[in-house]
Amino acid sequence: MEERTIEIRPPGVASKEVPRMMRSQAGGQEPAGIPESNATLGGLFEAIEQDRKFETVVHDSARDDNPVLEIQEFRLWYGEAQALHDVSMICPQGKVTALIGPSGCGKSTLLRCVNRMNDLIDSVRISGDMLLNGQSIYDKGVDVIELRKRIGMVFQKPNPFPMSIFENVVYSLRIDGERDRRVLQEVCEQSLRGAGLWKEVKDRLDSSALALSGGQQQRLCIARAIAAEPDVLLLDEPCSALDPIATGRIEELIEELKGTYSILIVTHNMQQASRASDFTAFMYLGRLVEFGSTEDIFLQPKLKETEDYVTGRFG
Amino acid sequence: MSPVVETRSAPSAPAPRQRSRRRLTRRRTSLFAHGEPMVWLTGGALVIALAMIAGLLLLVLGQGGLTFWPKPLDRFVLEGGVALMGEVTSSEVLEDGGSRQLVRTGNYDLTQVHFTWVEDSNVLERSRPEWGLVLERQSWGRFYGEPRAFLIDGETVAEDPAQVWTRFEQFHPGTRERYEQRKALETHEIGRLNARIESARLAEKSAELDSGADSPQWQRAHERFVRVQEQNESEFDAIREEITQLNAENERYGLVLETADGTRTTLSLADVVRAYPANQLGFADKLGVYLSRWWEFLSDDPREANSEGGVFPAIFGTVVMTLLMSIVVVPFGVLAALYLREYAKQGTIVSMVRIAVNNLAGVPSIAFGVFGLGFFCYIIGASMDELLFEARLPNPTYGKGGLLWAALTLALLTLPVVIVATEEALSAVPNSMREGSYACGATKWQTIRRIVLPRAAPGIMTGMILAIARGAGEVAPLMLVGAVKLAPELPLDGNAPFLHPERSFMHLGFHIFDLGFQSQNSEAAKPMVYTTTLLLIGIVVSLNVLAVLVRGRLRRRFMTAHI
Ligand SMILES: Nc1ncnc2c1ncn2[C@@H]1O[C@H](COP(=O)(O)OP(=O)(O)OP(=O)(O)O)[C@@H](O)[C@H]1O
Ligand SMILES: [Mg+2]
Repeated sequence: MEERTIEIRPPGVASKEVPRMMRSQAGGQEPAGIPESNATLGGLFEAIEQDRKFETVVHDSARDDNPVLEIQEFRLWYGEAQALHDVSMICPQGKVTALIGPSGCGKSTLLRCVNRMNDLIDSVRISGDMLLNGQSIYDKGVDVIELRKRIGMVFQKPNPFPMSIFENVVYSLRIDGERDRRVLQEVCEQSLRGAGLWKEVKDRLDSSALALSGGQQQRLCIARAIAAEPDVLLLDEPCSALDPIATGRIEELIEELKGTYSILIVTHNMQQASRASDFTAFMYLGRLVEFGSTEDIFLQPKLKETEDYVTGRFG
Repeated sequence: MSPVVETRSAPSAPAPRQRSRRRLTRRRTSLFAHGEPMVWLTGGALVIALAMIAGLLLLVLGQGGLTFWPKPLDRFVLEGGVALMGEVTSSEVLEDGGSRQLVRTGNYDLTQVHFTWVEDSNVLERSRPEWGLVLERQSWGRFYGEPRAFLIDGETVAEDPAQVWTRFEQFHPGTRERYEQRKALETHEIGRLNARIESARLAEKSAELDSGADSPQWQRAHERFVRVQEQNESEFDAIREEITQLNAENERYGLVLETADGTRTTLSLADVVRAYPANQLGFADKLGVYLSRWWEFLSDDPREANSEGGVFPAIFGTVVMTLLMSIVVVPFGVLAALYLREYAKQGTIVSMVRIAVNNLAGVPSIAFGVFGLGFFCYIIGASMDELLFEARLPNPTYGKGGLLWAALTLALLTLPVVIVATEEALSAVPNSMREGSYACGATKWQTIRRIVLPRAAPGIMTGMILAIARGAGEVAPLMLVGAVKLAPELPLDGNAPFLHPERSFMHLGFHIFDLGFQSQNSEAAKPMVYTTTLLLIGIVVSLNVLAVLVRGRLRRRFMTAHI
């Protein structure tokens, strides 16, 4: 058990965490002596690292009777290594939910489970369930293709397709067989404007998307995701390759989109999380640690670890 | 947990000192570490490889390119009064210090030799006669002689060489035209009639096989056959009449020539393909002869057991066979690679299949030839004959070597190349692109068709280029499955169904082999070997260049920039 915990731990975290762990053990605290509740808040990370049970702290502000997405005790293994442990949370309808947490804690993994991208990896096993509008995502009878059409996704690394900018944006319409040039053009322009890319590329819609810069490619991927008008939009660090202006544009876009769309966004940028999101979930080593409205998480977190993390005093 | 911590912390105390000492004793970077010698080694290897390729190309280009350049005519008078006339093709130094020359003396119908060795010590007199003529004939090879008279209807109309030559130039094009007309009548018209009567005969035969002799069906087919036969008979007569007329007109003209040893012969003008007074040619004339020979080489049928004339049927056979092969192998290989890479569950079985495919590339090509003959010709072809072409038996239709079987055999031979290249191209498509497509709600096939295949297209083209290069140059298996020395008909002609994949065909690679090693007149064939090699290399190179250009266009479309 312990060994597995060490495996999962990303190297960067490990070097920082080892001394703390030593200290706590040197202090003569028996592992079994720590209660199973979250009472010993200072030792929460240790508890997680030692794979002991704990309960996610959920603020009252983050309860919703009618969420668009509900994640229920979700667990995931990559082969033998468990990457998600009993994650339960919701994404309220029409709101922006931010996922924060140190690198390697499973944010992308969780996000990719929502549109079942992890089906593509042979070694992945899961348990638990996710409900989209009350219907199971992982039910046997679910049509994965239809599901993905309702969920747009922007990946951590930009992945434009090897075709023209125009074709990239209207890809999801093309695969549905849309031929009407006028419809396609309109959708293309709207989506590109939405992603703040229209001005830069409007004169070269027919040139290769791979010739765009990294940041432009990322915005193109955002345009591609919103062109399909999905119910839920999954954004995995959409701004990590963008300059402040483009980032601001994306945040504006998120602001515009919310209400119509429900958005689940992963970010390492605390300011972005606090500015752009309505709800925030803090993850650590595959567990959901604390979940609540963004105000609560940033201003009055219940856990010291969360406070340390959002204020940058983490580690 | 604690042991781990201990092992980590235990060496921590002496570690800094050790590290600093090591830094002090670091040696200077050695010559080998700098890699200067490696630059020379790698560069040298490249230079040697390039030099060998350049040497080969220069040899082929030099020998092949000069073959058609007209040489002067030399007349030798030897000790003992023997006189010879011909083109000096090579000379060599003898052991005793003398030298000898190989003279192409032609006139095979008179002398029974094409070439004669002339020892320089034997030569009493050597001259270049002003009116020495080189005549390339339809049969019997070249003729060397001096013009003595021009005959029309048996009457001498000119005796002075210059006048004879003027007459020749005046009448020769007309006779050649009539000759070509006659040939066209013989091949196309008579071929058409033959095809018609053959199909009527086959219809009759299959009616007999299907519903028995004397059945009404057979009766009808038989009547039709008889009708076609009668109709053909009259058309045949008309064509024969035409041919006789053309021949008679051509027979009116004759050219009297005198060889070096004084023998006089009359040549029919129609029999002369090309003639020129070798010693009077200026540069422009020589260039004209040179180009006209190249044109004949590229566009005409071979003459004289392939040692003269053109290689058009071989070019045609090579190109058609290679195209057919590509049409078969590329989709086939791409589909197989797609399954292996995109659909199959990666595991031991797939790895084994992959290894097997790779090994297939190492199987000697003759083994494929044996397989093609045994499987395609004798099993599939023979069954097809029994099922579809029963009427033609015992003559095999598909049950022998032919264009189709050759193309399929080579497709099999080049299949591993295409599969390996395609697999490589497919695995080079970043997974993130596939994921992006799936995330948009695309199905697996949509992803493959719209993202994976376009992106992999340049790599697939590379596989196709390699396959074409390999297929076009392969000879050994073709000898078993349908390449022949001389094919009576092209696999593509005006008689339905136009493409005849069952016919045997000529192939440049096989042509080279045949010229170089099977020819009776090997000295005369030698230059043709080089020219044909040059041509084969040229065709393979141009096919490749074409594919590379296409690939370049594809690449530019998917150009990757900074990310
Ligand atoms: N395809 C995979 N196969 C095996 N393990 C994986 C795979 N993808 C991710 N993991 C592991 O799962 C854990 C969570 O990874 P994930 O990508 O979800 O982290 P993350 O929170 O998105 O990190 P980051 O902020 O750096 O993007 C990591 O330990 C990672 O090594
Ligand atoms: Mg991530």
